[in-house]
Amino acid sequence: MTGSEIKLETQNFDLYYGNFQALDDISLQIPANQVTAIIGPSGCGKSTFLRAFNRMNDLIPGVHTDGEISMEGENIFNMDVVALRRRVGMVFQRPNPFPKSIYDNVTYGPRVNGLRDRDKLDEIAERSLRGAALWDEVKDDLGKSGLALSGGQQQRLCIARALAVEPDVILMDEPASALDPIATLRIEELIRELKEDYTIVIVTHNMQQAGRVSDYTAFFYTDESRTGILVEFDNTKKIFTNPSDQRTEDYITGRFG
Amino acid sequence: MNEESEETMVNTTQDVAWQQTQSEAEAHLAKRRLTEKIAFGVLWAAGAVAVLVLIAVVGYVLLEGAQVIDWAFLTTRPKGGLSGEGGMSTTIVATIYLVGLTILIAAPLGVGAGIYLVEYAGEMQGTSGWQAHLISVIRFGVETLAGVPSIIFGLFGYALFVTTMKFGFSMIAAALSGACLVLPVIIRTTEEALLTVPRPYREGSLALGATQWQTNWRVVLPAAMPGIITGVVLSVGRIVSETAVFYVTLGGSYYMPPSPILHFRDFLTSGGRTMALHLYYLANDTAAFDKAMGTGAVLVVSIILINLAINYLSHRLNQSMRGEA
Repeated sequence: MTGSEIKLETQNFDLYYGNFQALDDISLQIPANQVTAIIGPSGCGKSTFLRAFNRMNDLIPGVHTDGEISMEGENIFNMDVVALRRRVGMVFQRPNPFPKSIYDNVTYGPRVNGLRDRDKLDEIAERSLRGAALWDEVKDDLGKSGLALSGGQQQRLCIARALAVEPDVILMDEPASALDPIATLRIEELIRELKEDYTIVIVTHNMQQAGRVSDYTAFFYTDESRTGILVEFDNTKKIFTNPSDQRTEDYITGRFG
Repeated sequence: MNEESEETMVNTTQDVAWQQTQSEAEAHLAKRRLTEKIAFGVLWAAGAVAVLVLIAVVGYVLLEGAQVIDWAFLTTRPKGGLSGEGGMSTTIVATIYLVGLTILIAAPLGVGAGIYLVEYAGEMQGTSGWQAHLISVIRFGVETLAGVPSIIFGLFGYALFVTTMKFGFSMIAAALSGACLVLPVIIRTTEEALLTVPRPYREGSLALGATQWQTNWRVVLPAAMPGIITGVVLSVGRIVSETAVFYVTLGGSYYMPPSPILHFRDFLTSGGRTMALHLYYLANDTAAFDKAMGTGAVLVVSIILINLAINYLSHRLNQSMRGEA
């Protein structure tokens, strides 16, 4: 991991739902302006791990954590959660545009952060929609409801909405799992473009997708005794061609999962 | 393996206990068809009777009422006394005033309580332990209150607002008592409306750096609005048709209540008589049964209009939510 600066870092991070330990001693470093994929079998804690970075797990009762997560050296648990989430955007598994116009969806983030200037909002809306490769399809129809778009368009709208607050990091939780193959390819293309400006962490259960879009891959695993363990973290190429751990190889080659 | 499959083959051709002959099957089918017809007939009759009763009641009131309803009836005030002479103008105005004042008090309180119970203390925070227990106790209380006979609210309002707080028979005492009556309805419908708002809307908003209040105000409440408005309009219907509560808190003055805009203080302390209350007085204290029918007809039409408004509003709002409007 030479040559790239570290954006996010977890140190001995544990997460518990009540008495159940869902993440077990995770330490890894997420490089800036790269795509990092998190893969692993169902229930291995990959979504939970992703949601730790913007403290989305705070919304779930009975969750507590040990260890540290830092962004650019600052412990995120000492940051104001609203400020943290402005810097760490998220795209969810199912497209979740608000029942509002396309324009109001995209400008939602800047508005809640206090921006009122109409010209600036217009500019942000266009830039964000262009960034999410949606502008050409919706530019004449910004007043249309976001819910009237197709599933793939809705997901790009959600990406545009995340871009509009100019975050440092974008978390993506299986962003293409509810989409058809063509829409999926468009999203993947977009992810590769976005890493120029953003640090991207993506959870996926689709290994081909991880191979296509990511620079680094973390393999999470669960067995009878422990859940949410990090087996291996390395260059995606290394993980997919020459993994160091037998379990990674078994998973990659489709022997389970 | 081979033996086993042979055995199952044999089994399918063998006569099994429940297998019937052709004629038995036909007889049984005929019986089932007959049962089907009888069930359909009984259910149809039940539906027809129910609808007929409704039509008869509403139709009777409207027909009888139509005979006394004219412009003068709607625009002159009751003359008072035992004759029941005069119109019903002041009761229409009093009803509108009282509905307005009651909703003004009850809607913010009820909607606020509903938001608190769901978004801050309940489901959306996944509250557990003693807090969850407290919430369920409160919810049970609210549900019970929704089923309490309205006269109980009347007695409470009379004891607290009319006598203890010395408001007397007045708009403010009646509106406060009426607010107690409809609060459970508004709280319940608000809660239900909020629970139908998908969780991903909330997460999407919070993930963009919105505070919880911004999330509620800008995303959750607009999405829940059809349900909330339905609850509020439902309460309007409750107030319009309520008699018991206002009988003991509003008095029965048939004079025109003071304007809430020009004489707010006098308005709050003035007594009054709603349409439903007027109907009760006419039927109970006077010989003017025809006037009672006329008042009843106006009341029924009002309720029908309110219900149409509910349908229209929730339909329109649902459409705009789905992005069709």
